[in-house]
Parts: sequence; structure tokens; C-alpha cells
Amino acid sequence: MLDQSYYRKTDEIIEHYGRKAGSLIPIMQDIQAEYRYLPGELLTYVAKEIGITEAKAYSVATFYENFSFEAKGKYVIKVCDGTACHVRKSMPVLEALWKELGLSKKKHTTDDMMFTVETVSCLGACGLAPTMMVNEDVHPSMTPEKALALIEELRGKG
Amino acid sequence: MGTITIDGRKVEFTDEKNVLSIIRKAGIDIPTLCYHSALSTFGACRLCTVEDDRGRTFASCSEEPRDGMVIYTNTGKLRKYRKMIIELLLAAHCRDCTTCVENGNCKLQTLAHRYGVTEVRFDNYREELPLDLSSPSIIRDPNKCILCGNCVRVCSELQGVGVLGFAHRGTDAMVMTAFDREIGTTECVNCGQCRVYCPTGAISIKNDKEAVWDVLADPNVRVVAQVAPAVRVAVGDAFGLTKGKSVMGKIVAALHKMGFDEVYDTTFSADLTIMEESAEFLERVQNGGKLPLLTSCCPAWVKFVGDQFPDFKDNVSTCRSPQGMMSGVVKEYFRDPENAKGKKTIMVSFMPCTAKKMEAKRPNSYTEGEMDTDFVLTTTELVEMIRTTGINFTDLESESSDIPFGLGSGGGVIFGVTGGVTEAVIRRLVPGHDAATLDSIAECGVRQEGFIREFTIPYNGMDVKICVISGLANARTVMEQVRSGEKEYHLIEVMACRNGCVMGGGQPCVSDEKIKNSRTEGLYRADNISVVKKCNENPTIISLYDGFLKGKEHKLLHNEEFCAK
Repeated sequence: MLDQSYYRKTDEIIEHYGRKAGSLIPIMQDIQAEYRYLPGELLTYVAKEIGITEAKAYSVATFYENFSFEAKGKYVIKVCDGTACHVRKSMPVLEALWKELGLSKKKHTTDDMMFTVETVSCLGACGLAPTMMVNEDVHPSMTPEKALALIEELRGKG
Repeated sequence: MGTITIDGRKVEFTDEKNVLSIIRKAGIDIPTLCYHSALSTFGACRLCTVEDDRGRTFASCSEEPRDGMVIYTNTGKLRKYRKMIIELLLAAHCRDCTTCVENGNCKLQTLAHRYGVTEVRFDNYREELPLDLSSPSIIRDPNKCILCGNCVRVCSELQGVGVLGFAHRGTDAMVMTAFDREIGTTECVNCGQCRVYCPTGAISIKNDKEAVWDVLADPNVRVVAQVAPAVRVAVGDAFGLTKGKSVMGKIVAALHKMGFDEVYDTTFSADLTIMEESAEFLERVQNGGKLPLLTSCCPAWVKFVGDQFPDFKDNVSTCRSPQGMMSGVVKEYFRDPENAKGKKTIMVSFMPCTAKKMEAKRPNSYTEGEMDTDFVLTTTELVEMIRTTGINFTDLESESSDIPFGLGSGGGVIFGVTGGVTEAVIRRLVPGHDAATLDSIAECGVRQEGFIREFTIPYNGMDVKICVISGLANARTVMEQVRSGEKEYHLIEVMACRNGCVMGGGQPCVSDEKIKNSRTEGLYRADNISVVKKCNENPTIISLYDGFLKGKEHKLLHNEEFCAK
């Protein structure tokens, strides 16, 4: 059960974009920006408010990789696995992170809600390959060692 | 308007929406899996692809016809494409055809055979997924889904419910409910129309035949059958008899041969429904009760009201459905030790409907703690049972249904078509039973074309405003107008399936205009040849009210409380 504040915030977002089917994606984006994920209860609520079926909203939300129904960690690490990063060995970086944090293809977020590791298809910084992003910061020319050092640093910050 | 050349032959067209319908009109059965004229065009399966005179290929379902077009429907390139499409669909499909419920009725199987797909060169990498058995009516098998999207569009476009949708993307795409919830927990109304449009076995109907065979074999049990109006005009189809012809006599004979002790006719309890519902209607009109009165015969509609229009639940008639009334009365009748003769009574109802399976399990379908209807079987299950016995159905001599609950009026028979309930109510209210009166009732607007029929009839100095609806999407439109105050009615009849129960989700498949017309005409014909046209002139109804039913009307014929599921 989500706190009432979530619904109040969602109401504000819905008011901003208007109660129409076409507002679905911007509303979902704003909710995700606010909470770093898209709580399922809010998707159901939004569908009802803008007059589309829940199945339709779910259909749109699952179509885009960007929307996540799972709560994400404090640090969202996006490892680029686009062509340029891949050939410059981004997979070992990803695997090192998975091993260090106990994550996998199926499990994206650590139990302490500190880290989320996911792959993206291109960050648009191929010249810096292999690239990785932690929240809004870009980290260029990554190696497994540099990635692990970064994790240590972030753990230190808490 | 114009002419197109199909395989070298000139074909005129007028207002056809797409090239596909012109090809079909020209007598070429071009294959499709995702196209249906009642649904929006989707263009997913690509089987209807044709080639033009420049070698360009396109899906004919999504192409608007233009004057002077030259197309080919059967070139080497197209045959290769079609075969490949089917092979690829089969590659990601459960291929246990011989044990599949749809074996013999599956469109994918038929097309694979038609296009000579004798081997599949690709392995199936799809993970095997569990079946969804949560609903009392519907079974979903995701392993057999080919993503044609028919169920998604039926559910939202025709039924206005929309519990199914596509989820995920690319090779992960699947049809599912929101958050992949079990369908039994959603707003699914159990109408079964998704199964009618599903080209494979991905959606099927719960099967209760085995349990019925078991009770038939038990000598200590009296097994009673009731047969709904729409069933009698659909069973013949399956045995190659004239489409839409009522075969009630043969059905009764077959059921007797199978071992049913009593075979009753749901038209009898439809008469009871009209007696009660028209009385309730008059009572509400005279005493300022809640109006419009919403009919309660269709369980899918009742669930729809509960889920989508709960503010109207007090408008729903308190009458049980004909199935519920029959079972309630029969069980009560055999509760009397003199009638029971030491046997337990089991009620089996044969319905054109999949939602009736849910209705029978609803908490208000119990009397004195006992389930009124023990088993609900669809018309399709009845056909399968007859086939299992090996009875030669076409040659069966007709038998008449048993007394005391085997005789219904013509008004009860037409319950199976949209508008039938309303027409029977009007017959009950309007005095006179001569041909002229009946004709004028039939022409008052209740039988007009269309899925939303509005009309007014004069009664006792007032104008009674009526709306007859079939298809829940249409019901949603009207109910929203009623809610906003834009429209006002005294009586609204709703049947969840378009055209009424004759096209119910439990009927032998194929949603087709000819079949619909033949079934509708079949029921009107059965009404025409019935001796009694009005429920209040049915002698067994009259004697029932004077005797056995006295003081029990409320207990057996009405629901204490509104209950959606």
C-alpha cells in the first residue's frame, strides 16, 4: 500500500499533462523521475484517471525498457553495451559489477537498495567507450578494476 | 467505386474498406489469422499478403482499394511467404496438436495443412509457461498464443472490458492481463468471446463433462438437465443438419439416451423470469422504484455492472436468471421426499454461455445452502458428449421434454436473441394474443437492426422508453449516457454477446453473419410454431403459481442481494 502522498503527487502530474490518453507516457516519465521507478499501483491509478484500461497502460509501460516497476537503488548504474562499448569490452565490466554486488540478468537491485545495475544499448558517448553512467554522471573508459573502485567509493559515501 | 483485376479477372467494388474483402467477394478464400470484419484491422499475421503487377507485396487487409489495381493472390512468391509465415508461427508454438482441445477446429492447424507445412525447421526456444486456470470459464494457454491480438481487440472493441493487452516487446511480447494477474481476479466478465475469435487453442473454455459422466453413472442420483433456448439452434450445425434449425426434440432424445432422468426446457423458467420481471417493472414504475430497470438474465452483463457501474447495482432486476430459476425450482421440487424418492438430485444446465459457469458459482446461486445448478455445460460440450456416445444424432427421433417443467411459451424461446426478453415482457404487459397484436409487438422496434435499439411503447397512458443492447461496448456507451443524464429509459435489456445468446461464447465457433441470421431466424421460427406465446398463458406456469410456488416466489425466483461474481 503506497502512502497517500504518492497519489497526491500523481494527481499533480496528471493535472499538469491533462486527463487524456495521450498524456500517459509523459505522466509515467514524471512519476519515474520522482520515485526512480514506476509503482504499479500508480500505473493502475493513472489508467483510471485518464480513461484507458489498465491492460493498455501496462502494455505501454512494458514496451519501453526505460520504465521499471521495481524500486531502484540509490545509485543506478547503466553499463553501456552498444556496439562500440561491447567491442571495447564492456561485458567484463558488467560481470565484475554483478559479481561484486551479487546481481544477475534477473536481479537488478541489491537488497540494501543501494545499487541497481542495468545495461543500455547506447549512451551516445561511443568515443569514451566503454562507458558507464552512475545516476547522472558519465564515467568513461571503464575497466573492471575502475568499476570496482567506484563501487568502493560510493559505498564510502553511503 | 471502381474495378480491380484479381488474378487476371476484373472485379467491381463499391464501398469495401480493404482489398481483402474484395478478394473474398470474388470467391477466393485468402488466408488470415488476425483479420476479422467485426474488429479493427491489425495487419499482424501477413498471411493475406498479395502481389501487384510490379511485384510489390502488401497485406491486403490494410490496403484501401483503388480503381485499376492489378493484384495476384497465388504467385510462387506468395505461396513461399505464406508457408514460411506459418512455419515460423509453428516454430514458437506448442505443437501437441493431437491432444489439443482445438484439434480439428484450429485455424492455424488448418492453414498449416492447406499450405503443406509438413516440417518445421526451427526449434522452439520459448520457455514453457503455466496455464491460467483461475477463471470459472476461461482457460488461457500462453504457449499456444500466436499474438494475432484478436482477443485483445474483441475484449476492448466489442465488449468494452479490455482486460487483455500486449505486454513487453519483440520476441518477449505476450498477450496478458495487466501485471500478468490471473484472469479470474480481473474485470473479465467470462463472456468467452475471446475464445470465439481465437484462431488456436490459446483460449479455451473450462470443461465439466467428466464430472457429469460420473453422476450419470451413479444409480442413486437423479440427473436433471435443462436446455437453454439458443442451444437448440446451434447443435444441428455440428452434425451437418440445416443451420439454425431447432433440434430440441433430438437433443432431448440424446440426453435421455445418455441417462439423464429428466430433461427440462429453460424456456419454461424464462416464462417464470418474465412473470417476475414484468411484475417487478410495474412495481418500480408505480411506486417510484429505481429506474431504468436493468435486466439480470445475462451474468456477464451483471458482472460488468458490478465492476464498471456499481452505482447502478440497485437498478439491476432482483430476478434470478432463467437458469437460476429453473434450478431453484427443480431442486425445491425434489427436496420434497415424496418427489425425491430417496434419490439425490443433480442439476446440469446446457447453455450457449460461458459466463453461466460463473453464475452457477455465485454466492446468490445457492438455496438453503445448496448449489442450485451443479454443472453448467456449453453447447460445444453437449456436442462433444453426443459424439462421445456415438449416438447417430441426425437419425434420432424427436422426443418431448419432461413434465412438469418442460413446456415454455414462444416468449421464452426468443430469450436467446437480443430483444427477446423485452419482447416477452411486452407480450406479458399488452393484453390480447391474436396474430395482429403479436405482429405489432414484433414491429414496435424491438426487432430492428443494430446493437443499440431505442424505442418507445405506449402503456397505460405513459410512454415506456426502452433500450435493447447487445455487446458490452455498446452497453458501456449507453450506460455512460444514462449516468450523465443525457439519456433516460425505463427499461434496458443487455446481452453481453453481440446479437444475444445465439452467438454466445459457448456456442460452436465462428462468428459469421450467415450463422447469426440462421440461428436468430431459427428461434423466431420456434416461437412462431409454439402453441402458447405468452408466459401468463402457459398452463404449467399458472398451475405452478397456484400450487407449488405459493409463498416461495421470493426464495426461489429472486436474489436477496446484488452479486456480480
